[in-house]
Amino acid sequence: MQKSLKISFIAHFLILVLSSLALPFLVGKVQVPVLISVDLVQIGDRTNLPYAPKVTDGEKTDKKIKDKVVTNQAPPKIIPKEKPDAVPLPENIQKIKELLEKRQNPVKVEDLTKQTSEFEKKEIFDPNKISALIDKSKKDNAEINNKPNIEATQSQQKNIVASKLTITQEDAIKAQIFKCWNIPIGLPYNENLTVRVKVKLNKDGSLISSEILDQTRMNAAGQTYYKILAESALRAVKLCNPLKVPSTDYEKWKEMQLNFDAKEMLKG
Amino acid sequence: MKYKILKVFILFFFLTTKSFGLVSVDITRGNLDPLPLAVSNFYLDENLTDNIKKLQLEVKIPELIENNLSRSGLFFALEKKSFIQKPEVAHNRPRFEDWSFIKAQVLVTGKVSLEKDGRVKVEFKLWDIVSATELSALAFYTASDNWRRVSHIISDKIYERLTGEKGYFDSRIIYVSETGPKVDRKKRLAVMDQDGYGIKYLTLGNELVLTPRFSPTSQNVTYMSYFKNLPRVYLLNIETGIQDLVGDFPGMTFAPRFSSDGKKIIMSFAQEGNSDIYTMDIKTRVVERLTDHPSIDTSPSYSPDGSYITFNSDRSGFQQIYTMKSDGANVKRISFGEGLYGTPVWSPRGDLIAFTKLYKNKFYIGVMRSDGSGERLLTENYYQEAPSWAPNGRVLIFYRETASDSGGRGGGAKLWSIDLTGYNERLIQTPTDASDPSWSGLLSEKQKN
Repeated sequence: MQKSLKISFIAHFLILVLSSLALPFLVGKVQVPVLISVDLVQIGDRTNLPYAPKVTDGEKTDKKIKDKVVTNQAPPKIIPKEKPDAVPLPENIQKIKELLEKRQNPVKVEDLTKQTSEFEKKEIFDPNKISALIDKSKKDNAEINNKPNIEATQSQQKNIVASKLTITQEDAIKAQIFKCWNIPIGLPYNENLTVRVKVKLNKDGSLISSEILDQTRMNAAGQTYYKILAESALRAVKLCNPLKVPSTDYEKWKEMQLNFDAKEMLKG
Repeated sequence: MKYKILKVFILFFFLTTKSFGLVSVDITRGNLDPLPLAVSNFYLDENLTDNIKKLQLEVKIPELIENNLSRSGLFFALEKKSFIQKPEVAHNRPRFEDWSFIKAQVLVTGKVSLEKDGRVKVEFKLWDIVSATELSALAFYTASDNWRRVSHIISDKIYERLTGEKGYFDSRIIYVSETGPKVDRKKRLAVMDQDGYGIKYLTLGNELVLTPRFSPTSQNVTYMSYFKNLPRVYLLNIETGIQDLVGDFPGMTFAPRFSSDGKKIIMSFAQEGNSDIYTMDIKTRVVERLTDHPSIDTSPSYSPDGSYITFNSDRSGFQQIYTMKSDGANVKRISFGEGLYGTPVWSPRGDLIAFTKLYKNKFYIGVMRSDGSGERLLTENYYQEAPSWAPNGRVLIFYRETASDSGGRGGGAKLWSIDLTGYNERLIQTPTDASDPSWSGLLSEKQKN
């Protein structure tokens, strides 16, 4: 009994020591080696390249598809000519795709649509839809373009299981605030000046509240630089109001902590 | 025993249940665009005398503040015509929507009134339009004809409050004014406010003067002039006009500069084709030799804390920049680029050294860190030289000569300023040709000393 208690105690103590070494808040100040700031990027399903929908490109591709399909003497049933407002059946689309892939230089429709970010998806739908409405013969192509988009949203849904914002979402928020934040250029770049701002947002992205998480430091004597940085951060958040936010996952981004750090910019 | 273990565990659980739920986004980039700023006209109190009213201080002061801040390149002053609110209402408490409507992010308001003793009270308030708060408010008492000085001080306060860095508007520039034909050039020492106003000539022009340098802490100036046909270093107090030869050297002395505490002068002394670096204590007149090398060592400049000196030397075969400790030890070459490097000047912030570089027949003004890394060339031209730092270490002033045509026409020298970004380059208007500028420290800080 005594022996097993001792073993248990020693084992637990060991765990405690190990965990206190591993968990920084138990140790207090940790000697951190020289920090090389690296943007940690969580790879999402889609790239975060800002993508401006080019209607003309889309149309060109559409034309190419048509031309190539025609010159290939495709069976007439593949190009639906029956009714102008007929929605192509999934098999038909599949067949068109297969046909295109057989050709030497297949034009991949998906590639175009895959480069969309969460926020621009709506905008990307519209031009094609409008053109499809105006010119009913294009409707089929518009539908083809739509198809991979829907798939994309579905796969995005799977991604959401992760508790963090995906790279596209995070970058979209970052990009907006970068533009709004006017950096006070006189701040020293060799001091630790990170201002943490907690923001609460409505579903439409409008700001409910913003507060500096380290209020005491802001009002402390001798913290002029911190104060100036904090003020500029608050201005940035307010200038960016309302933020363009993802249409989904409100729970995830309704409260966010923004860490403003001008070091890299000031170092030049 | 068991309870103790239990306690440890309970404590452990409390510590670990800290919440990490908040999504955290790092904002490490922003823009460096000029901040949109509105400077409202000041509100003029009714009690002012007609004489003071004639000065139109309610317009002139804000105008000067606006000019100062826009010239810094960090602020973009909004057109006054677009302002909706009247100065007196805005100064009390602005209607922030009116100002955010015209896209202002900060607003300056003010009031001019008369004190019982005849002095003028100038007060200003700085408002954060976006966050709808007052950032600072100050009042100054002065004689009415001193309004320029007050406006410069107010500009400094605004600059400091918004950028976190000391301003440089309440300062002066000394330079060599040049008139007359090339063969018979008349060179006079001149001093003016940093914005080009209030020029005063300090010498008559019968002696050649070169390389004037402001003391960073007082109204003293050191420069080179000729005595018995030999270039010698002089000291001049621009308030009293008292002029003094520096040191009793048997040969020529040149390239003088003050130490950062203003107590010493550091310069070159040349004898038999060899020039070395010397210092002289202004009070005790004690002279100290710092370098002893058969090459030409010149253009010395102290670091702001006084512990290091930078200078240029041709000891490697070509003129390059070196640093050493203030006692002459640890000489280290810091410039290794192609071309010739000269006139190194240590920034008042201490982090950078500005220099002139000659490479492939072009002159560059550039900066590098004090260990020689991070060389950046800010501007390139036909001929330009002698950078001097603004008191906050963000702006450099230098002079540039344009090429004269084959008939010898044109080709004057003018003063230019450039900031560390390299984009904000500006001509500083002077009535005559001008060369060899040197920026003073902040005047308000000199008075404290």
